[in-house]
Amino acid sequence: MSVLDLARWQFGITTVYHFIFVPLTLGLSLMVAGLQTAWLIKKNPDYLRLTKFFGALFLINFAVGVVTGIVQEFQFGMNWSAYSRFVGDVFGAPLAMEGLLAFFAESTFLGLWIFGWGRLSPRVHLATIWIAAIGSNLSAYFILAANSWMQHPVGYRINPVTHRAQLTSIMAVLTNSTVVAALPHVFFAGLVTAGVFIVAASAWHLARRRDTELFRRAIRLGLVVTLVAGIATAVTGDLQARLMDSQQPMKMAAAEALYNTSSPASFSLFTVGSLNGNEQLWSVRVPYLLSLIATLDARGTVQGINNVQRAYAKKYGPGDYKPYIPVTYWSFRLMIGFGTLAALLALAGLWLTRRRRIPRSRWFYRAAIAAVVAPYLANTMGWIFTEMGRQPWTVFGVLQTSQSVSPGVAAGTVLTSMVVFTLLYAGLAVIAGWLMIRHIRSGPPPAQSATPGAGEPVPAFTY
Amino acid sequence: MQLTTVWFILIAVLWTGYFVLEGFDFGVGILLPFLGRDDTDRRTMINTIGPVWDGNEVWLITAGGATFAAFPLWYASLFSGFYLALLLILVGLIIRGVSFEFRSKVTANRWRRGWDQAIFWGSALPALLWGVAFANIVRGVPLNAAHVYTGNLLTLLNPYGLLGGLATLTLFTLHGAIFLSLKTTGDLRARARRAAVRSAAVTVPLAAGFLAASQLTHGRAATDITAALAAVVLLAAVAAALRGREGWAFAGTAITLVLVVATLFGDLWPNVLPSTTAAAYSLTVHNASSSHYTLTVMTWVAAIFTPVVLAYQGWTYWVFRHRVTGAPLLPPAAAGPAGKAGPAGPAGPAGPVTHAPSGP
Repeated sequence: MSVLDLARWQFGITTVYHFIFVPLTLGLSLMVAGLQTAWLIKKNPDYLRLTKFFGALFLINFAVGVVTGIVQEFQFGMNWSAYSRFVGDVFGAPLAMEGLLAFFAESTFLGLWIFGWGRLSPRVHLATIWIAAIGSNLSAYFILAANSWMQHPVGYRINPVTHRAQLTSIMAVLTNSTVVAALPHVFFAGLVTAGVFIVAASAWHLARRRDTELFRRAIRLGLVVTLVAGIATAVTGDLQARLMDSQQPMKMAAAEALYNTSSPASFSLFTVGSLNGNEQLWSVRVPYLLSLIATLDARGTVQGINNVQRAYAKKYGPGDYKPYIPVTYWSFRLMIGFGTLAALLALAGLWLTRRRRIPRSRWFYRAAIAAVVAPYLANTMGWIFTEMGRQPWTVFGVLQTSQSVSPGVAAGTVLTSMVVFTLLYAGLAVIAGWLMIRHIRSGPPPAQSATPGAGEPVPAFTY
Repeated sequence: MQLTTVWFILIAVLWTGYFVLEGFDFGVGILLPFLGRDDTDRRTMINTIGPVWDGNEVWLITAGGATFAAFPLWYASLFSGFYLALLLILVGLIIRGVSFEFRSKVTANRWRRGWDQAIFWGSALPALLWGVAFANIVRGVPLNAAHVYTGNLLTLLNPYGLLGGLATLTLFTLHGAIFLSLKTTGDLRARARRAAVRSAAVTVPLAAGFLAASQLTHGRAATDITAALAAVVLLAAVAAALRGREGWAFAGTAITLVLVVATLFGDLWPNVLPSTTAAAYSLTVHNASSSHYTLTVMTWVAAIFTPVVLAYQGWTYWVFRHRVTGAPLLPPAAAGPAGKAGPAGPAGPAGPVTHAPSGP
């Protein structure tokens, strides 16, 4: 394998892995903050128990998210130094801001939250988890701003002397329409992930009729959050897709396996293409539907892969400007499919738990627990879609991936790091997963010891 | 002052912050197998840095991000060139990072010992390699006309590089030992004091040797002063440690680290990554930097937010200023009243909890 292929595989593996843990951090941090707020306001000890129960799960997850995030920042320089030289003037700024504005707050205040029980006043202590949660989501904003610049570069020019990209407007980068669309989508996806997670953990206990009142409350919370956030994810996703139609027509044509520009354009329910992705072999389609979705006009024109390829060849010179169609097509659909599944299951769950019902059916609980994988798969598919769909570009229309890789790093070196990260990450995932399952099984702290109050045994150590 | 100079200094400040703060985290991790005689000792040690280690590590992320933003060519050549060394550092940081969270979740001895090993290696390896990296940055590395590194991992493990690595390894260990003597009580505190004195015997010659070597090969008048001062302050820190003046000793090692970083960056100026192949191939503050516009934007951001960060990180250290005592969980009858500031009181064996007010 070439250095380029290995570097791409490594970036894909490490990024997908990092984003297994990030959405839960984004969503669950807010949920835990909300639970602690409910406790402070309503004084119901159940809320404190839930705060501590889900807080501990949040921290196990957060640890892996943090360490895998360091790799991401380093990886741009390590494996993509040509890219870094070319875009650093623009791309480096949001990353530096992420550190200074978001990470510092997130990490510092989380330390205060973990160790501050009983040491800080209840209101100040509550503020620490809120600041940590906001810090995490703010961090997502800066990363998305950086990524959005790759998808739709704005606020820059190419310096004719240095042949590097140069920032001309930071506000353009920070208010890029692409990030304005992407941020809410990722934000709500994080809440879907947290919601389903809470449902699954609660279902495990409800199935065994343990702490039923506590977990009935929790499962309802999880279901509501999943449904509302799920709908919001879908709506923001739709808006984002329509934006991408104009910003990256090739990506959206590939997502729909639309080979030729059509008006009206039919929607592909299921398409089988050649292995190289260059042609369609068989397709089940719904007439007019793609035009309707993409242009809000049943007879609207939607651009096709081959037409865009011809246009790009004229604009950018000879070359293949098509991403790998099968991956782009299927990742897009699987993302939508798994996301929709989560929302539908939440809807069913809300119906089955209406009016304080605790379902008797074993299948309800099996489904609720199994459903935990749905948002994870949707999240993964989403990132694979948006990154693979942008190929062959690292910066759309400006820099290709083949021009971005580090020139001085040998294939053997990249293979080494790829293997090391893959094995290390796999080990961490198994351990983190095991710790989480173990914690879920052991259940929430009993009502008494959850409360830091007089006369209760005080834990000697936090870590 | 030119913006490129401002950012050279700011990046030096970020790395200084990182070494001063994460430095004692590394030191505590390195000392874990030596000072931690039993599980309680080790948990005590871990809990001294528990609230702050993650916030300390962010100084690294910010230093890296700032380097990317302000000097993209430096970031690109440095991170791709020092690839394998950085890979080892990353592995160390990863296994150390999860260890703090995972370690005490299971009571099994093998589990905890395993994670304690991860903390040790995850602290020692980066502590060594950061010194190797910075020594090589000052010394220069083979860079071709395109500023691409043409050496390998062994290139970095030259005598001066290794000396730099040993200097940071021992400085962080000393720094960590003094931190522990400030944050623990009883027998553990006594052992930490002894460890500080013992490690000083190794640290002083290595650090002084590294500073001397740096000045002889790359020094200039201004950094001769900071280097000499670093040595003097280090000796003063050791003297304070010997006298049991733990707070002064810690200030001493912290200031030593500040002066060491100042010396290295001062020696480096105006290069950011010199080329040993040809001087013309070196990366400098001028040819490696971002545009004036980017540097201006980043300066505003840094000027506004760095004081904010310093304020709340400072507050964290104040919140957790008390010593960490180690003791197992006690039944309700024996525990003292739990309150905002942690259980107070005169207490003897009956009221042991974390972060109790300092003893005599």
